Amino acid sequence: MAVNRRKFLKIGGVSMLAFGAMPATNALGLEWLDEKLGGFTIPETLLHFFHTPVGAVRGDALTAKRWAMVVNVKALDDEIAEACQKACHHVHNVPHIENPKHEIKWIWEEHYEHVFPGRQHEHVKESFKKLPFLVMCNHCVNPPCCRVCPTKATFKRESDGIVMMDMHRCIGCRFCMAACPFGARSFNWKDPRRFLKEEDQNPEYPTRMKGVVEKCQFCADLLAKGKIPACVEVAQELCKKKGREPALVFGDLEDPDSEVRQLLRTRYSIRRKPELGTNPNVYYIV
Amino acid sequence: MYDGGKIITGIVIGLVLLTFPIWYTHGTPPPRPEVKLPEKEKKCVQPGAYMKLKHMQLLDLWRDSTVRAAKRSYVATDGRKYEMSLQNTCMSPECHAKKTEFCDRCHDYTGVDPYCWDCHIPPKEEPKKEKPEENVH
Repeated sequence: MAVNRRKFLKIGGVSMLAFGAMPATNALGLEWLDEKLGGFTIPETLLHFFHTPVGAVRGDALTAKRWAMVVNVKALDDEIAEACQKACHHVHNVPHIENPKHEIKWIWEEHYEHVFPGRQHEHVKESFKKLPFLVMCNHCVNPPCCRVCPTKATFKRESDGIVMMDMHRCIGCRFCMAACPFGARSFNWKDPRRFLKEEDQNPEYPTRMKGVVEKCQFCADLLAKGKIPACVEVAQELCKKKGREPALVFGDLEDPDSEVRQLLRTRYSIRRKPELGTNPNVYYIV
Repeated sequence: MYDGGKIITGIVIGLVLLTFPIWYTHGTPPPRPEVKLPEKEKKCVQPGAYMKLKHMQLLDLWRDSTVRAAKRSYVATDGRKYEMSLQNTCMSPECHAKKTEFCDRCHDYTGVDPYCWDCHIPPKEEPKKEKPEENVH
């Protein structure tokens, strides 16, 4: 028998390898093909077609199983609260828009009756009326915003529990804003760049565009570089200067030795609207 | 054929108009765009030919890996590591410091208008310096 099926396949395979080892021009004398492949050999081209390079987590990144924050309201004052907001909004290029209908906020001061509406009554502790309560996204364990998002632009990061925003996917439907019981999300009604002076922009972080929703992301970008969130850093610095205990504490809720767990173990803490079952990860010591 | 003369004249005029772009340029395509490569850094995250073909897929992978998988460090085929960031790695001062001399050259030529820069901040360039000089000459 001259060439059976088995032999044909063997020869075919070997010659494919032989052709493949050199650039397409040499093998086949086809300049147009060579141009198409950009000077690569056939196996290289195939590799590029199927190869998806991998990413890795940086060695010095801060990681946790479940990030959480404790807000010690007793250590807060207007100065610290303002500094926190300023630091956060600067790092993340959050524009300052005067019109309250269009404003964008990731972290802001709020009154007691708005933070804990269920606990408000007319004879509430006098000091609560003055204290600035810092509020932000609660990074709920059971986030309703993620459940309603039709494009999964907002999603719960499995690795550390941060409720993230993927601006590339957001279509601006605002379902998440309707779903969030804490009003933690802002919609870009206007082009945010119009309200951000060029010299105020942080060139290391993107801005947003008109028509997307944004919110606090527990500084996922800073955690990846091994830094604690911007608001926590500023608050701790200022509290140290004023000789107070830290107003904001950040840590891993799954780690029994973490600073947040130690605080929660020893102090009385409350969370916003726990009756809704979203299981917030921001705790308040009042 | 009724009105043959008119029809043939019409066809000839039509053909001349249709082939206008070809004979007007004497059959030579417009010059290919030339991008300005970085002066300091000579090595990109992948070989130049790969980047020409696949930079869109690479950037797409970078954004998904960074935002969704929390993996922000890119391991190139030769083992070097980079921060996956359009603003801080690709467009850093040592690399493609000028968007108008790199990205825009090919994108304008091919009529591509990627929406990266709606949000990502392009590196600062100084167009003010160049323009007055042009006006003087």
